[in-house]
Amino acid sequence: MIRSLALPKGLGLSALALAVAGLSAPLAAQTPPNVLVVGQIAEPQSLDPAQVTAVNDFRIMMNMYDGLVRYADGTLEVEPALASEWQISDDGTVYTFTLRDDVRFHDGSAFDAEAVVFHFERMLDEAHPYHDTGPFPLAFFFESIDSVEASGEHEVTFTLDEPYAPFLSNLAYPTGLIVSPAAVQEHGDDFGRNPSGTGAFQFEEWQSNSRVIASANPDYWDGAPALEAVVFRPITDANTRVAEMMAGGIDLMVEVPPDNVAQFAEDPMYAVSEQAGPHLWFLILNTREGPFADQRMRQAINYAIDKESLVDNILEGTATVAAGPIPPAFEWAYNEELEPYPYDPDRARELIAEAGHEGAELTFYVTEGGSGMLDPIPMGSAIQADLADVGLDVSIETYEWNTFLGEVNPGLEGKADMAQMAWMTNDPDTLPFLALRSDAMPDQGGFNSGYYSNPEVDELLERARRSVDQDERAKLYKEMQAIVHEDAPWAFVANWKQNAVSSAAVENFRLQPSFFLLLHEVSKP
Amino acid sequence: MHLYVLRRLLMTVPVLLGLTVIVFLIMSLIPGDPALAILGSYATPENLARLRADLGLDLSLPQQYWVWLTNILQGDFGRSYHLNRPVLDEVLERFGATLILAGTSLALCVVIGAAAGIVSAVRQYGWADRIITLLVLIGISVPAFWLGMLMILLFAVELRWLPVSGMYSIYGGGDLPDLLRHLVLPAIALAVVAAGVIARLTRSNMLEVLRQDYIRTARAKGLDENRVILGHAFKVALVNLIPVIGVQAGFVIGGAVYIETVFQWPGIGRMLVNAISTRDILLVQGGVLVVAASYVLFNLCADLLQYWLDPRIKA
Repeated sequence: MIRSLALPKGLGLSALALAVAGLSAPLAAQTPPNVLVVGQIAEPQSLDPAQVTAVNDFRIMMNMYDGLVRYADGTLEVEPALASEWQISDDGTVYTFTLRDDVRFHDGSAFDAEAVVFHFERMLDEAHPYHDTGPFPLAFFFESIDSVEASGEHEVTFTLDEPYAPFLSNLAYPTGLIVSPAAVQEHGDDFGRNPSGTGAFQFEEWQSNSRVIASANPDYWDGAPALEAVVFRPITDANTRVAEMMAGGIDLMVEVPPDNVAQFAEDPMYAVSEQAGPHLWFLILNTREGPFADQRMRQAINYAIDKESLVDNILEGTATVAAGPIPPAFEWAYNEELEPYPYDPDRARELIAEAGHEGAELTFYVTEGGSGMLDPIPMGSAIQADLADVGLDVSIETYEWNTFLGEVNPGLEGKADMAQMAWMTNDPDTLPFLALRSDAMPDQGGFNSGYYSNPEVDELLERARRSVDQDERAKLYKEMQAIVHEDAPWAFVANWKQNAVSSAAVENFRLQPSFFLLLHEVSKP
Repeated sequence: MHLYVLRRLLMTVPVLLGLTVIVFLIMSLIPGDPALAILGSYATPENLARLRADLGLDLSLPQQYWVWLTNILQGDFGRSYHLNRPVLDEVLERFGATLILAGTSLALCVVIGAAAGIVSAVRQYGWADRIITLLVLIGISVPAFWLGMLMILLFAVELRWLPVSGMYSIYGGGDLPDLLRHLVLPAIALAVVAAGVIARLTRSNMLEVLRQDYIRTARAKGLDENRVILGHAFKVALVNLIPVIGVQAGFVIGGAVYIETVFQWPGIGRMLVNAISTRDILLVQGGVLVVAASYVLFNLCADLLQYWLDPRIKA
């Protein structure tokens, strides 16, 4: 009697099943034609090029704005963009740009010399009325600018306080993308969420944590784009991003987890693109104190780490082995003669014995993740094991990214012997100049956290920066790379290859060595 | 009654204040610097110092807290450093999304949990009880984010019945059916654990109540079995369940962090995780304040409901 079940069985569940069936009636999984949906790795921080530091945000902005110059397709060499031509004075300090006279910002205001002046003074001049719409973390890219003047309606003259060769390639970087002064004046602090530029796509809508939509700019000076619109969706979880790609919810995704690349490559429904970029993953070695004050120990580390295995097994082929401080993506400045340190544990043991540091105890800073850090924890453990193999006792200390930077940037002295680090740059000058010079010690505002100092390297870097002749610069950089390779202030580990997966419907897409995502030419009929 | 509600509401003020002090202290104690988080790896000491001064981070801790508190009292939650947007706008927008997800999930887990618990208790040791007990055990043990991933793979990628992630379709959509389609998978994934807990409690409470004399009396009077179970037994068991449901409401909002990440639900849990990793103190404070206030409110509602259901409390 008591057992008589008085309730309808599984009422809730069957109701739910009905509801699901009703709601799931033909779901359009495919994205509409001529609209490209891009899976981004995170929500953008801002769409103000003067404020942004993350590659994730650059990917959106490169399609909404233009700079005076840009990188030519498939290279890291500059070509005209909003400036149709330019002259550089013989002493390398005065740059005069002739601007295109047929360009308007998306908000309708005219692009002219005053707009360019506005953009740079806003970042650089503390007295500028819109300087308080910052902060502008990458303004130092343009610190060498002494003055910027409108020398005509469509002519701008930059005067630098000293010759500074990376100036042109810095102009091609997102920080050099020109914003609409009218839009900044209208939106003030909120310009970053109401962007207006001159690019191939114009901003339509930003819904927090859901999407950024940009539509084609039919009047684009370089030809209207083939797509009608681009939708950028932030999908932070890599597995979810892959699932969206497989379900047809996005057309293009970047930073595909190594595990999934092979799966997409085998499937004719998808195309996988790969492109080596200006990225270096390395270990900073503390050259001021402890075992790594000895050059033989630093070389020993470089021999002891099995970089091939790191790149093949942990990074599953998404990177190549690095040889020196400048990534090969900077073709013109890269020293082809440089070979990576081979994996040679015997040679490492010899060097360690010569230096008298057998069984040395080392502290190794590892981060949990961070911009360009790839797979830092497994890489850290693999390096620890390689070093244990040659008799070094490495203890790892792991920090969350921001904390990690707070520990590493002020210098390793008194704290650690080695630390992971990765940089992505736009000019061969940037990384060595900021992180390998004697004048770039942490207490001088630089990033030389391992305190490497070699007057020869200092001299070469200074000269390269002052030269306006690219061939001469290339020669100096190559010389510098050979010296740094031999001195081994870092363990050179990997150069990351950026990857992307697109659905078969996407045409004319290619990755750029700059790591920017350029969609002007892309179509999706 | 009114006095009781008023007293409970007033008591939440010191609770919330204390909470903000603790959160503020924790955020200040964990290493890492908001200015560094904004400027990124290129930050120079000079720029850091300037930005810290701009953000008011060069003030002493009590001063910083005081500034924050006096602003809050005037309705100014400040601007998120990282999102460069008023904290209140962001928090309310995101909290709304979380409420939709957590509310649906809570309703699901109460209905499913209670139904399963009742069936289980009524048919104690029968096959239905055994199956439900097994399912409940699995439900409680399975990590919600993993279940979420599996559900995505099956229902969204393989069968393509439902969307993978997000709250609305990227184009078109935006209406209620669209929202419901996006809600089904995350709401179920989030409900599973809490439903298991509620099912277990309902079962044990019901078993206890069903053994009482007055149930036998009710049955002896020849009362319809449905009325005995739902009207007499469950109503009494519910009194003990209400506070548990209040606690589960908090659990569901907390658990939403994982689910929101897996399903890219634009809720407050994911916002808080991001805000903590970017050291966005004002955003963390604002978010925690709203979540905590809602938690306190849920529990207050649960208490009031219990008060209303249980005549003994009134006496």
